[in-house]
Order: sequence, then C-alpha cells, then structure tokens
Amino acid sequence: MDFVSLYVTLKLALVTTIILMVVSAPLAYMLAHAEFPGKSILETVIYLPTALPPTVIGFYLIIAMGPKGFIGKGWGFVTGGSLLFTFTGIAVASSIYSIPFAVQPMKAAFQKIDRRLIENAYVLGLSKYSTFFRVALPNSLSGIMAAAVLVFLHTTGAFGVLVMVGGSIPGETRVASIAIYEAVEMMDYRGAAMLSLCFIPLSFIFLLFINKLNRGN
Amino acid sequence: MSISINLKKKLKYFDIDISCECPDNSMLVMIGPSGGGKTTIIRMLAGLEQPDEGSIIYNNDIWFNSSAGIDISPQKRKLGYVFQDYTLFPHLSLFENAAFASKNKSEVEKLFDLFRISHLRNRKPRQVSGGERQRCAICQALARHPKILLLDEPFSALDAITRRGLREELRNMKGEFDFPVIYVTHDINEALYLADEIIPVVQGKIDESWIARMTERSDSGNRILKAAREQKIALAY
Repeated sequence: MDFVSLYVTLKLALVTTIILMVVSAPLAYMLAHAEFPGKSILETVIYLPTALPPTVIGFYLIIAMGPKGFIGKGWGFVTGGSLLFTFTGIAVASSIYSIPFAVQPMKAAFQKIDRRLIENAYVLGLSKYSTFFRVALPNSLSGIMAAAVLVFLHTTGAFGVLVMVGGSIPGETRVASIAIYEAVEMMDYRGAAMLSLCFIPLSFIFLLFINKLNRGN
Repeated sequence: MSISINLKKKLKYFDIDISCECPDNSMLVMIGPSGGGKTTIIRMLAGLEQPDEGSIIYNNDIWFNSSAGIDISPQKRKLGYVFQDYTLFPHLSLFENAAFASKNKSEVEKLFDLFRISHLRNRKPRQVSGGERQRCAICQALARHPKILLLDEPFSALDAITRRGLREELRNMKGEFDFPVIYVTHDINEALYLADEIIPVVQGKIDESWIARMTERSDSGNRILKAAREQKIALAY
C-alpha cells in the first residue's frame, strides 16, 4: 500500500486546515458583522470554488502560480523558488479551493453571536480586535471546529486541482486520491482498494464528530 | 458636573428630538411607552448608534458633536451600560464577567459582596437565575468606574418579586454613585421609586402632555404628580 501518499494527504489536509483557520476566521467575522462596499462581490469570489469545476480552478491556479502569474511571481521574488509541482504549491491551491468550506460555517457561527455581546464588549472598552479574540472566537468554537473538520475532509478528497497544480510526485505532491486513480489505471485494484478503505473510517469519524457538535448546539 | 444631551435622529416612524441634562449623584429616569425611542437615546449616549444631529457633553468632554464632526467611540466614553436582558459573556464565570474590564480584582470581590453573589463567582451565567445575572451585569458595569451609568430596563425580564428586590437594592446604593445615572423604564412604579428626575419620552420627544393623558386614563398620572410633590422629584418637562 502507498503509505507515503496517505502521509502526504494527511499532511496536506492538516496544513490546509491550519492555513484556513487562521485566514478565514477574521474574514468570516468581517463578513458576519461588518458592512463595507464590495462585500457581496468579495463573498461571491470566496464562494466561487464551490460553483466551478475543479479543473477550471486548477487551470487558473496554474496560470496564477506559474512563473509569470501574480502568485508565482511574488513567491519567486521572495523565495527564489517555484510553486508549481511542490508541496507548498498544492497547499496554496487546496487552501484556495477549500476556502468556502471554512468561511461559510464560521460566518454562520459568528452571525449567531448575540450582537449585544459584541456591543457590551465595546462599551466595556474592548477594541474590535480584542472583541474578536476575547468574545467572538470563544463563543463560536463549535462553528470553527465544524469548519476545520469540513476543510480537512474536503482536502483529503481533492483531486482535480491538486493533480493540475502539483502533478504526481511521490512524497511531495502525490496524494492518496491521485495514487488511487493511478493504481486503477495500472489495474492495481488491490492497492486502490486498500487506500480507498482508509478513507471510510476517517470520514465516518469526522462526520460523526460534526454531528455531535451540531447536536451539542 | 453633569452630562448634557441634545440629540436628533430620524427613525422609520418618528424622529427623536430630545434635550436634557443629568447632574452627578442624580438618577434621571426616562419613562414612556415601549417603542418610543428610549433605548435608541441610551444607545446614542453609549456611542452604539450615531445621532443625525446634536451633541453629548460630559463635563467638558465632548463625546459627540455633529457640527464639529466629533464622535468618540463607545470604548473611549468609559461608561457602564446594563442592557435590557442578559449580555454576560456565556463562556466566562460570573467573576470573570464582572472583572472583564477591571484590573482591580479586590474591588470586584467587594462588589460581589455588596450584591450578595460572592458564592456564585465560579458559576457560568446559564447556571444562575435571571436576578443573579443582572446583579452581575451591574457589578460588571460598576467595576469599570464609569463616568456615567446607563440602565436600559435592566429588570424588565425578571419576575415581580426579584424585580422589587433589585429595585430596592439599587435605590439603597444610589447615594454611593458619584456619577450621573440614566435609567430607562416603562414601569411607572419603578420610575417613582428610583428617580430624582423623571422625563416622559413619547415618540422620541419629551412629551409634556403624557402625564396629563395618563391622568385622564388612569390614576397613574395622578400618582406621578403626587409622588413628585412628596418625593421632590423634579419633573423635567
């Protein structure tokens, strides 16, 4: 069995989850509680990956992350390296691909906070920044956990975007979903079955956890 | 030393247009029917809503002045605000709630003793009664050493007995407040019991005829006038 691809998958899911928890929490809070020009456009852009075919997202990410693209150029300027066909590249791609799954549940959780709690924090002298950390985050933990689980699971299942941006380099960009596809192509049904089987308990446990969280609420 | 208020704001069904003043050591009660703009006035005082025009001046500090473009944020107004119903932070214990904006923990302990909730200090808001939560909310507001205390129908969600008890506690404590207190209620008994000064607010304005209309309809208006004479409440209208 291709344990290495399983390891890359779990590593990618973990890194993507961490990146998206850090990036999406303030973004979702802003979308839940602030009014600003262009808000609905920003929101539509964030949710776009749910409506586009993964190969289309993958194509545009190749352009953006390539040596002449704005992400690739910036990355090259800072590190001197390339993003395409690297683990960092697929981590960036999967973060962009999975961002709606982080923002949506977090935004819903932040919207559920009684507005007066936020106002009480302001009246008690807390800045908007401190209110986010001391009031909003602790009172939205279940939504944030649900977002983390969704992102983790969504990343473990990603295929189209990752294969286009990262290819299939063993130990670097070949995740389990790509390994399963390649095993089937090579008629290695046993290898494909073993890897596929690993996903069932993983998904089951995580979904059970989400269910418990929802029931707890 | 006082807070002077002169506010105008257009609302959907009526306009708020109110001017009044509340000195230190004094409790000004805004009374009037529900939906008459009292909470909006309090929220404008707290900086949670912006008036269209006017000014809010505490002593010589300008908190809001539309013509000068001054609008101090709620964080910087340093006021105590007890909301209509429970706004304690659910993830914190009662003590953590009360000490939320205070650096002096021993002072919070004293307030807890004063409001007789010391034994509940480690409980979460959902584990205590409504009256205990509101006691804690008052401790939270006072622990901040506010320049002014705003109470927006703080006991309206409580049962009659608890409400009466808390009303008594507040009145007994009133003398120790060396800042203006503005109290909003629609309960005439509460207003009579607590007020140094009463302002009837109807549809966003001080309505001089409100007392007279109440007098015609029931004996509540009479009671206000009688109490005003007996208790030397200055009817501000």
